[in-house]
Amino acid sequence: MIVFQDLKKNFGKFEVLKTINLKINEGGIFAILGPNGSGKTTLIKSLLGMVIPQNGTITINNQQVIHKWNYRDKVDYLPQIANFPSNLKVIELINMVKDIRGRKCRDQELINLFRITPFLNKKLGTLSGGTKQRVNLVLTFMFDSPLIILDEPTSGLDPVALITLKELIINEKAKGKTIIITSHIMSFVEELSDEVVFILDGEIYFQGSVSKLKEQTKQSSFEYAIASILKEQYV
Amino acid sequence: MFKILKYSIFDLLRSRWSFIYLVFYLLLGSVLLLLNSNLSNAIITLLNVVTVLVPLIGTIFGIMYYYDSKEFTELLLAQPIKRSNIFLGQYFGVAISLSLSLIIGLGIPFLFYGLVISEKVFEFISLIIVGTFLTFIFTAISFFIALSFDNKIKGFSVAILMWLLLAVIYDGIFLISLVYFEQYPLDVFSLTAVMLNPIDLGRTLMLLKLDISALLGYTGAIFKKFFGTNLGSTISFIVLIIWSLIPILGIVWKSNKKDF
Repeated sequence: MIVFQDLKKNFGKFEVLKTINLKINEGGIFAILGPNGSGKTTLIKSLLGMVIPQNGTITINNQQVIHKWNYRDKVDYLPQIANFPSNLKVIELINMVKDIRGRKCRDQELINLFRITPFLNKKLGTLSGGTKQRVNLVLTFMFDSPLIILDEPTSGLDPVALITLKELIINEKAKGKTIIITSHIMSFVEELSDEVVFILDGEIYFQGSVSKLKEQTKQSSFEYAIASILKEQYV
Repeated sequence: MFKILKYSIFDLLRSRWSFIYLVFYLLLGSVLLLLNSNLSNAIITLLNVVTVLVPLIGTIFGIMYYYDSKEFTELLLAQPIKRSNIFLGQYFGVAISLSLSLIIGLGIPFLFYGLVISEKVFEFISLIIVGTFLTFIFTAISFFIALSFDNKIKGFSVAILMWLLLAVIYDGIFLISLVYFEQYPLDVFSLTAVMLNPIDLGRTLMLLKLDISALLGYTGAIFKKFFGTNLGSTISFIVLIIWSLIPILGIVWKSNKKDF
């Protein structure tokens, strides 16, 4: 179980997260939603230790994570923008990450799954956005960790890769893993997630299942339910 | 940390710039030996090059490497590696490969000239030690500056200003104040002033070693008077070590509280 308690983060004067209290149960797919700049990525990055919050605690299975690093061995992370060192070849990058983790992994299986084989000897700088994202997905999923964090996993993917990704996520869930996803593609979230949390201006606005959200907003579709929350805010 | 160090060195050895740096020192060493036709003179000329150029190259390389490998760093930050080890690994990677270029680039021409059989071998080694120290110190300072500024242009400007201050302006202010306060006892002042600048300190260390009174200047003379050659060298040496440690600790401190 992941617990965020009284989490606060400012960047200068700008309050990105204002007192976040959130519990994420083990197993299942958990979606974090919210408009641009609402603090989704900051929340995820604090869990990963890339952003250091001013206040509050984060625990994974009762273990503190702030200022620790060992726990990341049990976390797989897909960053939002696939920024890779451009002068490296795909295969070199994969081997390097394998070497750094020093753990058994299933790279070959994922290389085949995401059809990366023809690009293995190409430099990362020459790849298209979608191909980069596929390499990014291989790097994320290859270690088989119990916690997977995906920040905008669908960006740039073609329909075939998107279906592959969906199937992969469903398979990983079946293994009992916890998967945290942020996305702006509502159909993707509705199809996959067991629970959603909606963040607005650094605060948690809603937490629960998709059907509960529809009920609360009195909307028949998920997309309209989200839109109605946003309209309420902007008016 | 050693895995990061390995990849940084590997990456830098493949890069064109460390090679250009190496060739530059090879040429400089050879030309100076040819023109001076004397080991001692070549070492003195090199001293002036080393104390100005080595800090500049360390600064520029450090700052460029940090900003260039930002993407790689972000990838590493999500891996199970201690934060400070990522930056220390990269820093040592840059500092070690720059020092290797310096040692090999100057070492080869001097070896061919018959350095080992001459009595100047220790002076040459001191020169290399000073150069290596300055590389480590200035690369560390530039890494610290890069960690403090997310904006590339700002970071680059601050780093260059820092170099300009320590390599050029500091000496100017030091000299002016010596002339201005002529009638006061300036021993403690000038000793402190030398300690506070690693470039001056490296130069003093070398001059004490070379034992050339004409080049010793005021500060060197005071150092010699107060400490005698051996004690003076030891103290300069210790202060150089402190000078390397402070920015390295700064890197650790800064990297532990930065957001990415």
